[in-house]
Amino acid sequence: MRKVAICGVGHTPFTFAAEKSSVELFNEAAMDAIVESGITNKDIQAIYVGNVLGDFSEGQAMIQSYIADDLGATNVAATRFEGACASASLAIRDAFMWVASGFYDIVIAGGVETSAKMGTPLATRTFAMAHDAHYEYPMGLTFPGFFAMLAHLYTQKYGVPLDKLKEQMAMVSVQSHKYGVHNKYAQFQKEITVNDVLKGFMVCSPLQLYDCCPFSDGAAAMVLASEDVAKKLTDRPVYITGVGQASSGKLSAQKDYAPRIRAREVSVKQAYDMAGIGPDDIDVCELHDCFSIASIIAAESLGFAEFGKGGELWETGQCDKGGKVAINMSGGLKSKGHPIGATGASQTVDIVHQMRGEVEPERQVEDVKYGLTDTLGGDGVLCNMVLQRGW
Amino acid sequence: MEYKLTFKDYNKALKKGKLMGLKCNDCGKYTCPPKIACQECGSTNMEAVQLDGAGKVVTFTVSYVPAEGRDAEVPYTVVMVELDEGPWLMGNLTDTDPNKVNVDLMGKRVQLGSRMKTIPGDHYTEGDKEAEGSFARPTFVFA
Repeated sequence: MRKVAICGVGHTPFTFAAEKSSVELFNEAAMDAIVESGITNKDIQAIYVGNVLGDFSEGQAMIQSYIADDLGATNVAATRFEGACASASLAIRDAFMWVASGFYDIVIAGGVETSAKMGTPLATRTFAMAHDAHYEYPMGLTFPGFFAMLAHLYTQKYGVPLDKLKEQMAMVSVQSHKYGVHNKYAQFQKEITVNDVLKGFMVCSPLQLYDCCPFSDGAAAMVLASEDVAKKLTDRPVYITGVGQASSGKLSAQKDYAPRIRAREVSVKQAYDMAGIGPDDIDVCELHDCFSIASIIAAESLGFAEFGKGGELWETGQCDKGGKVAINMSGGLKSKGHPIGATGASQTVDIVHQMRGEVEPERQVEDVKYGLTDTLGGDGVLCNMVLQRGW
Repeated sequence: MEYKLTFKDYNKALKKGKLMGLKCNDCGKYTCPPKIACQECGSTNMEAVQLDGAGKVVTFTVSYVPAEGRDAEVPYTVVMVELDEGPWLMGNLTDTDPNKVNVDLMGKRVQLGSRMKTIPGDHYTEGDKEAEGSFARPTFVFA
């Protein structure tokens, strides 16, 4: 396999209801990535697009073809990836494999979503389509409900009292907003307190409003190229050195591991092993904090904390800037926003910016060599990627 | 290879209060809801059997924010029940006020009630002919 580098990136602001189409959002990000890479739209050989709900939010299926044509990458192979909230990560991983294999030299990968446009009832309904439609959605399961059930299970499995867990969860959200406030792309640019979190209205017990990420619109994209091509395009290539992907079934089928998502452990091991590193090597991690409890659960399975002790990372500042691993310096899904089809690309773009020293000083981590993305779709599509600074 | 127990047959039985599952002839364990392969060992050598519908609550949530078309349901209690036969089954708890539910619910014994809740499909599930008009919801009460 050839080495594959990210040569240029693009990222739209993440917002409440956008007044742009998904094609427009994606291509604003994609064209920025193309320009930054010093190539033209004619150099693109294939396009990999994460998009989940365009069919519902804009009545637009098969968006990848219209994106390619609109972009001026006329007639290239264009493919859409649907893995709920992990869609863009699946797109990037596949793009990586096609370039690594030697089939293509220069491709675009990324994702786009306009879920805020739909409003909360329709967005909640369509997001819930990523649950098991026959065996679990009929009971009224929604995504906050899913993670709420994991939170209660967490208290039982690890003997953590709910009050203590809730406080740790609140600290997760507080840290996300602490950095999101400085991210120019973030949907929420305001700080919040533990008290704000604990006073929010109840969404699905025990998750309150500020335990939950918002519905968001936006896009992110990047140019991937083979090492030899990348060296001609940039003196600051970011290599994708490890990838992993795995799946889990509906919540009831995860009984032997829950609240752990077993697919995450399978996926991240693939990524670590391929990169030849482990969790102690990671400088920055963008993990899937769709809900505050989700961060704690993810951090444990990624190897940053023992099972049952993930919350201590936030309590003690170990995952803060300057801690042993800086988690979600972008503000995460919670504060930056979560346009689901774009999220994995956004995580990747932020780590690229971190490595180049290009983010706002308040959230810049020094000397970032290794980064990790962690994206979870639905009940259990998992994708992880290890990024390595190439200079 | 055909399913030993399809969603259509499972759903039809559950609407009448009968919880069907699969018993594996290789490992002896149970799978519910049904799958083509055993939840425990992956074997397809299974047979459809009736389950007792009793177990204990392993986790829950009370949901206050509805999906489109389900406004009338909130608040409602979703429970995950570990059936006595082993599988976990998601359902609703109906004989207690959702606003009074707390963590003490976990570990409590429950069983399927005599009246099974259902939900009609919505316009997104119009193609779902196997549901035959409605989706059964395992409806639990305290044992």
